[in-house]
Amino acid sequence: MNTVARSERWSGYALLTVMAIVVVIPFLSVFLASLQPAGTPVVGLTWPERWSWDNYETAWSVAGFSDLIRHSLVIAVGVVPACLVLAALAGYALGTMRLPGGNATAAFFVAGLTIPVELIVVPLYFDLRTVGLTNSYLGVILVEIALFMPFSVFWMRTHFRSTPMSLVEAARIDGASSGTILVRILLPLARPSLMTLGLLVFMWSWNQFLLVLVLIQDTTKHTAPAGLGFFVGQNSTDIPTLAAGTIIVMLPILILFVVFQRSFLAGLLQGATKG
Amino acid sequence: MASRPPVVEGAPRSRERRVRGRSRWRGYVYVLPALAVYLVFAVLPALHTAYLSLFEWDGVTLGDWVGLDNYAEIFQDPILRRSVVNALVLVVFFSFVPIVLGLLSTGLLARHRRPGMGAYRFLFMLPQVVPLVAVGVTWRWLYGDDGVVNQALRAVGLDGAARAWLGDFDAALVAVGLVGTWVLSGLCMMLFLSGVQKVDPSLYEAARIDGAGPVREFTAVTLPHLRGELAVAMTVTTVAALASFDIVYVTTNGGPGEQTTVPGLLVYRLAFSEGKVGLAAALAVVLGCLILAIVYLINRLSRSES
Repeated sequence: MNTVARSERWSGYALLTVMAIVVVIPFLSVFLASLQPAGTPVVGLTWPERWSWDNYETAWSVAGFSDLIRHSLVIAVGVVPACLVLAALAGYALGTMRLPGGNATAAFFVAGLTIPVELIVVPLYFDLRTVGLTNSYLGVILVEIALFMPFSVFWMRTHFRSTPMSLVEAARIDGASSGTILVRILLPLARPSLMTLGLLVFMWSWNQFLLVLVLIQDTTKHTAPAGLGFFVGQNSTDIPTLAAGTIIVMLPILILFVVFQRSFLAGLLQGATKG
Repeated sequence: MASRPPVVEGAPRSRERRVRGRSRWRGYVYVLPALAVYLVFAVLPALHTAYLSLFEWDGVTLGDWVGLDNYAEIFQDPILRRSVVNALVLVVFFSFVPIVLGLLSTGLLARHRRPGMGAYRFLFMLPQVVPLVAVGVTWRWLYGDDGVVNQALRAVGLDGAARAWLGDFDAALVAVGLVGTWVLSGLCMMLFLSGVQKVDPSLYEAARIDGAGPVREFTAVTLPHLRGELAVAMTVTTVAALASFDIVYVTTNGGPGEQTTVPGLLVYRLAFSEGKVGLAAALAVVLGCLILAIVYLINRLSRSES
């Protein structure tokens, strides 16, 4: 029986290892390609004869990836704080107060978890164009906030429901208003949850493609993924520069993932399960 | 929900209840900003899409009311129908294969202590966090003439099998589907492996003492405990398949021919380059309903079994 268990465990690890290799190869392949001399044909996984970072410089300045990154940051900086504030407020009320119809309101938010961008993007283009919000970061920011609201509210509501009610009751007896209770007592305790939510929202905002493709038709205003998608259509033969651009677009989110791995995993794994 | 003791008081009760009733509504002040943004920029546009789907409209001139004709066209037009079928094929690669791989590895590792999982977890979640556009661009290169896939085939002497995968009439859809498998397998695996951590190890010992083999143990102990995670994995991956856009757009843009066209791609193309806004809206509604139905079904099934 012991040998069965051991072989089981070894085959488990073998499977994981094979899959880990499969996960790594594409990243490695792009990275190695980005180090090859610009304009040369590159074959699969090839170790560069000499490491050249020139492609990054080309992608960054000539191909305009610095602008793309900046535009993406502008949008994320608008989306993340707004999502956190709105979700904390709504989650607080829906999680700790007994609102009439509160459960129905929460369910109404949760229902939005299934809305695909495809379902809203067509009229959004025409409606936002009428009010001058196409080709504008504000338009994208507002729609992204709305798209991320279902998860954000749900996440913060789950958090506040798990905080001990005795804290809230005690403060209430001391005469604290509901606003004071939130700001002074609950928000400091909510920091880890807010942190995770902020990272997830940043990631979703950074990765958003279809919405930006439709709402920002002016290619000089594109975000990182939209710009990369456009660039690949134009320069699909210059593999080294394209690879460098791909790495540049992935890098900010990869850095965040390395630094805040724990928060990310909490959000990606628990966030899904709590639904 | 924390339950409160019922208020048992005398005379001032009705007045108090009225004041309390009003103050209970006051909490909506906190909900209102989130609700307003969500309503105006997500819910109303969704309803507007349903409204637009009843018109024939080119996006410029006045639209014509056509009732449900656009929906009829979706079921008759071979390309539109094809896109829905392709999306369902993608479900196999985005959902079924990752879940099977996840269950397999979980079944093999469930009973054992798992040192070194941190590194695996990091690697498996990597495809989850990077932009799908970047994933698509990467695979476009991997699948190319000189990409890793062909390089590997040539290395083992299968030169004849090497081809431009994304341009191949028969292989393109499978190739795109496997990108989804690559993205989502790690997520499923991590969901299941973190799910079995909650299983009491003594259950496994009991199963072994009762003479259960690895397979029986998996179906009797591991699988029932993963019902919640399974529902989540199915929901997330199925929605990713049906609403796929980014990966398809950058790898094949629907080609060759219409071999890899998906509904998301057609919604974009019909509305913004072919001037068929009403038809695009109808397809978006069908897609939305399909997703809603499947999500509802999965959650319904996972709950009724418990």
